[in-house]
Amino acid sequence: MTPYLSIEDVGITFPTPDGPFVALRDIRLGIEKGEFVSIIGHSGCGKSTIMNIIGGLAQASIGGVVLDNREVNEPGPDRAIVFQNHSLLPWLTVYKNVAIAVDKVFGDLKSKKERDDWVRHNLRLVHMDHAMEKRPGEISGGMKQRVGIARALAMEPKVLLMDEPFGALDALTRAHLQDSLMEIHAQLGNTVIMITHDVDESVLLSDRIVMMTNGPAATIGEVMTVDLERPRNRLELADNSAFNHYRAEVMRFLYERQRNPQAA
Amino acid sequence: MAIKDEIVADNPSVKPEAEPTYQKGGTDPSVPESGVNPFARLIQIVTPPLVTLVVVMMAWIFISTIVAPDIPGPQATFEQAREILADPFYTYGPNDMGIGWQVFYSLGRVLAGFALAVLVGVPLGFLVGTSRIMHRALSPLIQILKPVSPLAWLPIGLLLFEAVNPSAIFVIFITSIWPIILNTATGVKAIPGDYMNVARVLNLSPMETAVKILLPATRPHILTGMRLSLGIAWMVIVAAEMLTGGVGIGFYVWDEWNNLNVASIIVAILVIGVVGIVLEAIMNLVQSRFDYNQR
Ligand SMILES: Nc1ncnc2c1ncn2[C@@H]1O[C@H](COP(=O)(O)OP(=O)(O)OP(=O)(O)O)[C@@H](O)[C@H]1O
Ligand SMILES: [Mg+2]
Repeated sequence: MTPYLSIEDVGITFPTPDGPFVALRDIRLGIEKGEFVSIIGHSGCGKSTIMNIIGGLAQASIGGVVLDNREVNEPGPDRAIVFQNHSLLPWLTVYKNVAIAVDKVFGDLKSKKERDDWVRHNLRLVHMDHAMEKRPGEISGGMKQRVGIARALAMEPKVLLMDEPFGALDALTRAHLQDSLMEIHAQLGNTVIMITHDVDESVLLSDRIVMMTNGPAATIGEVMTVDLERPRNRLELADNSAFNHYRAEVMRFLYERQRNPQAA
Repeated sequence: MAIKDEIVADNPSVKPEAEPTYQKGGTDPSVPESGVNPFARLIQIVTPPLVTLVVVMMAWIFISTIVAPDIPGPQATFEQAREILADPFYTYGPNDMGIGWQVFYSLGRVLAGFALAVLVGVPLGFLVGTSRIMHRALSPLIQILKPVSPLAWLPIGLLLFEAVNPSAIFVIFITSIWPIILNTATGVKAIPGDYMNVARVLNLSPMETAVKILLPATRPHILTGMRLSLGIAWMVIVAAEMLTGGVGIGFYVWDEWNNLNVASIIVAILVIGVVGIVLEAIMNLVQSRFDYNQR
């Protein structure tokens, strides 16, 4: 049986002035429904490129992606994306930034009242219902990212794709958002793929961690299953030996086996 | 000519003039911060323009009494102004109307040409900004026509429309359209890729993308183009009306020159300046009203 989301022998080659550049090769990965998978690897190895291929924003040169028994070739609301820099529309209020997605995806399926409720529900989920009439310019980076997550969740995507969603945030805000994300995942059981640079984050949140080798021609180096009881608590895990073991494994992969080639 | 220089400024971020309207709060650096005494502060604010006024007045008196005695001095001009502005909206037949009517007719032509330019220029700017083919097709034409003084189009307008009024409006249309096209195109090109990705993920149709993403995202640029072109249009209408005649502030100036009524010309110059300031202020108000603070 094929998994819910299946990345099948994907490779991508970019044409560049110096000839073709093989960015990714032989990416093979199956993800089950409800699974939380994070992708970690050094900068420039092609994490965003994988995400763009799954999201349909980029086309694989070879291989393909199958989601729920359908091949994906173009972007669509069944694969909602949370971008690193929130990408909220600055001329819309928080409410309307979510509503634009809800109205598009559920315009024919839900009544006006239902859509309004749904927008509010999703903003409540990320604890942003208090700032619905504010514009993105008036709220903090962490709040913007929360709204970005609400917008993605509100589309009820089959897969939630997150490209370093918390990368631009300070450590404290990041911890808050990670907790929120775990809560939401526990509640809704979304299938999530998250790209991250942060080892602790990947272990804390994931069911499986996909570790990428360095580019060019990057591919999956190792996949590690994180077998930790949920709900997870960052304080309790801090001196949990299993947690620290997983953490050390990821670090060993990143800093021993895949030293950053262009480390400055 | 100053007109050309302004048209070139199609990128609002590198525009020659600073844009204090974009920032909310903060202090104006041109106002010296001298703290406690509000009276001292008032003096500091009021003195420099007062000095300018005195210098200009002295130069004016000097010129009108010694250099060119045909030019009326401040006193005579002031009296003329009182007379003209006492009843700006009188009508003694089609060739003798108050200065208010003259301004009114000129503004009407400016707004008509300007509105047409917005209607045509914004969609054209979108095409040039979004489609590489349209960019290649249109930018040589724009490059050639942009530096041409709009008045050069007046004869073409007269041939096309066989009437002076539409010709003047046509000239204003040509004047206004370049900054609007160029600013819109620049704005479209400056749209962050992320906004377009949002549109793609949501599967917005091209029409929805234009209305929900492109238009609002470029709105600040479009408004900058509109503000620039309205300012230039107001300058150009005076020259155009000098050539076309009819009721309008430009022809008024020309007519008073033929009557050798120089005091009226000076009054008209001041009125034109004040109307220009008002137009600019209105556009600034519109711009700040519709400007979302980015980031
Ligand atoms: N459109 C493109 N054309 C040419 N090369 C590209 C293109 N997109 C990505 N690349 C190259 O592919 C490689 C992977 O890029 P990608 O952005 O996926 O890396 P990343 O792992 O997301 O890095 P980071 O962690 O810094 O975000 C890089 O070497 C990049 O230069
Ligand atoms: Mg990336």
